Amino acid sequence: MDVLSNVIYLIASVLFILGLMKLSSPKTARVGNLYAMLGMFLAIVITLLDKHIIDFTYIIAGIIIGGAIGAIAAKKVEMTQMPQMVALFNGFGGIASTFVAYAEYVNTNHTVGGTDVVISLILSLLIGTVTFTGSMVAFLKLQGIMPGRPIVFKGQMTLNALILIATAGLGWYFGMDTLNGELYLLIIVGIAAVLGVTSVIPIGGADMPVVISLLNSYSGLAAAATGFVLSNNVLIISGALVGASGIILTQIMCVAMNRSLTNVLFGAVGTDSGTAASGGEQRTVTRYTADDAAMIFENAESVIIVPGYGLAVAQAQHVMHELMQLLEKRGIEVRFAIHPVAGRMPGHMNVLLAEANVPYDKLVEMDEINDDFASTDVALVVGANDVINPAARYKKDSPLYGMPILNVDQAQRVMIIKRSLATGFAGEDNELFYDDKTMMLFGDAKGMLTDLNKILKEDE
Amino acid sequence: MNETILFSIYIFVLAIFVGFEVITKVPPLLHTPLMSGSNAISGITIVGALISAGAGHSTLGQILGMLAVISATINVVGGFMVTDRMLEMFKKDKKQEAK
Repeated sequence: MDVLSNVIYLIASVLFILGLMKLSSPKTARVGNLYAMLGMFLAIVITLLDKHIIDFTYIIAGIIIGGAIGAIAAKKVEMTQMPQMVALFNGFGGIASTFVAYAEYVNTNHTVGGTDVVISLILSLLIGTVTFTGSMVAFLKLQGIMPGRPIVFKGQMTLNALILIATAGLGWYFGMDTLNGELYLLIIVGIAAVLGVTSVIPIGGADMPVVISLLNSYSGLAAAATGFVLSNNVLIISGALVGASGIILTQIMCVAMNRSLTNVLFGAVGTDSGTAASGGEQRTVTRYTADDAAMIFENAESVIIVPGYGLAVAQAQHVMHELMQLLEKRGIEVRFAIHPVAGRMPGHMNVLLAEANVPYDKLVEMDEINDDFASTDVALVVGANDVINPAARYKKDSPLYGMPILNVDQAQRVMIIKRSLATGFAGEDNELFYDDKTMMLFGDAKGMLTDLNKILKEDE
Repeated sequence: MNETILFSIYIFVLAIFVGFEVITKVPPLLHTPLMSGSNAISGITIVGALISAGAGHSTLGQILGMLAVISATINVVGGFMVTDRMLEMFKKDKKQEAK
């Protein structure tokens, strides 16, 4: 029996890895997800046949409640809310590890094995709980229930460091006498909960993509730590895979935002929203209308659209797709340039556009499309700002300096749909707004695109 | 340090390398489904949760186990379903065929 369940766990692990491998292409990704589902199903079934399980009441209740919540959430969630959703799921993954680790301590009548198990147990409780409360804060910030701006107080970092030291100390005392160590473990869980909160509140709304990726990694590491407690290899392998995945995504997000991880975690610079540009010399911009824009499209052969999160805020993805179709009808080549931090989490903009039926082969990532701007007639920017700011290339004192940007300024004409001249998250004025070849189309993205579509349709 | 833990560390370290190799091949296009999908995979803690909830050593252990089953099931069911929902939306340009 034990051999059989271990063989099944191995098969499940292989299916997880194969599933992730199939995510390398949108053609095979859906099948890959099914592989991972099958792996999970097999692992659950073989566990239910385990001879240690004698009472199914709590199991059935748990699966029904959890399954219903998960299924409803997955069906109801809107694609714009995906970051909150993933944050929430990360949190549940974390707390599950905490519960399992603590239950194992209770079920073994407090006789934890050797030092290795003690360390695994402490790590599992610590990481699991930090992931949970940290994810809840991230969720509240993304959902707008908590303000997105960084919340800082004096001695925040010292407190975090003290919590980690205290955890190590309490863990030491726990290890000396595990039989009566219950209180130590409960205190560890309590201060870990505080640590999760105090380490995420100083991080601003703009940096949330990094935080969700990092919490994703933590939820994997928590599962792996629980695997060490239970000596269960499928937990260790899956946890390691997820941990690695989260770390890679965190790294990609940091590079795309030109920030180091330490800077994101401790810098507290990400602000809630942009403020209006002020000071400096007064420059003038010319206002253009949808009619002017339509005229430019008359003579265009190639268009690159640069979508930002503002597009999703305005719920303009579907009108955007309609514009794409209208332009294509005229024989214009249309592509989307996707900056890695377009949206609120890694890859978010792609999902939002895919939902609006934009074919994925039109969605081109930054490195692949950046050289094509120079030979493109029109770059149409909707709801993006910092990721197209040329200041990132040369202005050394700018917070954007060094951040990879889309070469929108190299296109023949630039159209920017924007509500106002307000700056982006970084608070850096964008010189592109004042360039002669730039047409500023002031207004709500959805309204402006709808007007544009109407004119283009009449001209047909 | 006994052999079991050493063996587990081996597996952990090697699995991290496998993870790095596999994940770096996932295109940015699919990074959101990757996150929700890997999230579902981290719900594998359900395996431990089921045993705690069903082992019947103590009521406290079983209740903690049930709470773990609930959290992990949310993760597994919600994670896989939402990933499937997203991946279904990714379609190639069908225009050529339609004409």
